[in-house]
Amino acid sequence: MAKLTFEEELCKGCGLCVAACPKHLLSLSQHRLNGKGHSPVEIEKPEECIGCAFCATMCPDCVITVEK
Amino acid sequence: MVVFEKPKSLTDAVFHYCPGCTHGIVHRLVAQAIDELGIEGRTIGIAPVGCSVLAYNYFTCDMIEASHGRAPAVATGVKRSLPDKIVFTYQGDGDLASIGMCETIHAAARGENITIIFINNAIYGMTGGQMAPTSLIGQITQTSPYGRDADTQGYPIRVCELLSELDGPAYLERVTVNNVKNVNSARRAIKKAFQNQVEGKGFSLIEVVSSCPTNWGMTPQKALQWIDDKMLPYYPLGVYRDKEG
Amino acid sequence: MQEKVLMKGNEAIAEAAILAGCRHYFGYPITPQTEVAAYMAKKMPKIGGVFLQAESEIAAINMVYGVASTGKRAMTSSSSPGISLKCEGISYLAGADLPALIVNVQRGGPGLGGIQPSQSDYFLATRGPGHGDFHVIVLAPASVQEMADMTIHGFELADKYRMPAMLLADGTMGQMMEPVTLPEPHDPNLVPKPWATTGTEGKRKHNIVNSLYLSPAELEQLNFQRFDRYKEIEKNETLWEEFQMDDAEICIVSTGITSRVSRNAIVEARRQGIKVGMIRPITLWPFPKAPLLKAADQVHTFISVELNMGQMREDIELAIRCKKPVVPCNRVGGMIPSPDEVLAKIKEANEKGGL
Repeated sequence: MAKLTFEEELCKGCGLCVAACPKHLLSLSQHRLNGKGHSPVEIEKPEECIGCAFCATMCPDCVITVEK
Repeated sequence: MVVFEKPKSLTDAVFHYCPGCTHGIVHRLVAQAIDELGIEGRTIGIAPVGCSVLAYNYFTCDMIEASHGRAPAVATGVKRSLPDKIVFTYQGDGDLASIGMCETIHAAARGENITIIFINNAIYGMTGGQMAPTSLIGQITQTSPYGRDADTQGYPIRVCELLSELDGPAYLERVTVNNVKNVNSARRAIKKAFQNQVEGKGFSLIEVVSSCPTNWGMTPQKALQWIDDKMLPYYPLGVYRDKEG
Repeated sequence: MQEKVLMKGNEAIAEAAILAGCRHYFGYPITPQTEVAAYMAKKMPKIGGVFLQAESEIAAINMVYGVASTGKRAMTSSSSPGISLKCEGISYLAGADLPALIVNVQRGGPGLGGIQPSQSDYFLATRGPGHGDFHVIVLAPASVQEMADMTIHGFELADKYRMPAMLLADGTMGQMMEPVTLPEPHDPNLVPKPWATTGTEGKRKHNIVNSLYLSPAELEQLNFQRFDRYKEIEKNETLWEEFQMDDAEICIVSTGITSRVSRNAIVEARRQGIKVGMIRPITLWPFPKAPLLKAADQVHTFISVELNMGQMREDIELAIRCKKPVVPCNRVGGMIPSPDEVLAKIKEANEKGGL
């Protein structure tokens, strides 16, 4: 079981992680903004994450920590 | 078990880069290399003038701010003064290939045992999107508003190829960071560029074909695609020099 | 007691730098100072030091900046056009509060100018050679002995006050040969440099050598602090020499080769009964304002003898608050006045009596 932790305040809503996820689990929030006014990344079905870390690899801002 | 986390060699300072800017990815790759080689305590980095002018705030090692283009000369001074420290520069395309072209070529020609990370995003980001020496023919920028015209503005410069004509460099590779596979290749190349210095192998430069979504006028994803479509055909990925020993 | 050696001025600078513990020299050939680089090229490898002929004067000053960041003594030398090139780098050294020695062996200008001596970089050196509010300590030698002594003094002041120093010699000083008593070797590590970027070794927070401060309030404070330091330097480090000033009615102010010419003229003038003396600034920044102001109550005329169109003259007028006339004696383009020329100016001033 893989677990993602998001440092939400660092997220700039760039969407590179969303595009990188091979299982299309990530999206930018439609309902929330972080303190900087960006739409932060969120995961709808965290149980389907395989911990490939593609998202964290593409993230320019070290938002995502991946554990397995 | 942690599979991926922020490297220790990055400070807590928040990156000021635009959303989707690949500077953030490359900073992380440099920090990962420093972490993995265990060299943070003896590394001295040199920041350029450009979007990454504040790089001295982002790495935990000692950092020096250089004047525009002169980082390889500053690095030469540092390395000649402290030969057993690991000295790297981090420079954009204006810094390295325009105003600093002389210092780049001569540091390479001298085979200075330093590591240079060259961010080629074909534009001047910090000052608002002017033409770079690596801007493509036809590319629209603030100072090439009708598209770069070879007749009046010349041709883009391929730095890896240029430096490969010199005997001095030990390792020259062009990489990119526009997808996971390429990021992982870039990570290996950057680590090797630092490892070479640890082993005293000589001048190592990694050219990272990067994006500038803001000044290219694209979304971050489209910018990464533009790298594939337009940049890589002109700036082919690959190893341009790899001296053994 | 160190030995006495017949040396060329440029070589005396190089040897003195080595005695000061400088082991890093970066330069570029330019007349009339190339002998500094040539001497360093031969000597540095023999003592485990670094000599590098840089790709340009710009690269050389940036290499100095790199070494200075690591807390070690570094030097570059050039002549007027090359100093113009170095100005940005010198401003960065000043802005990052880094010690270093820059040698300028001046030639005729502006532009490519000539290769014969001048003193026409006086303004550039004393106002701060580069953009922004800053000063470098400026030392003006008038003999080959002073070329050596002032080199060491420059390094010491640079370390003491964390700023660049400039040895401002005219071309004649660089080329002439005179006996020199070489100074004793100095320890370059007397001043601790905890700010230097030498690698954290995991034992401290990282040091940053930098001159960029995007917060105006912060940048203003730094400028104020730097100028507080400059006030200390003006109080403590001003150097000058007085020659026959006790009863002087005319005061010559001159440096370098023109001070030597003026000395001859003064001796002859005295023989003819004219009461003339000389104040010779040795530090051009800080400028010896106090002795000049004091002399202004005594003499009726100042004569500024310089190899430029009248640069130091302005500082004399400021120092004496325009109390008395300051007569220019200017030669440029590489021309040097003869003692007779200076004597003629002295006689003219004597006849006018300050009117």
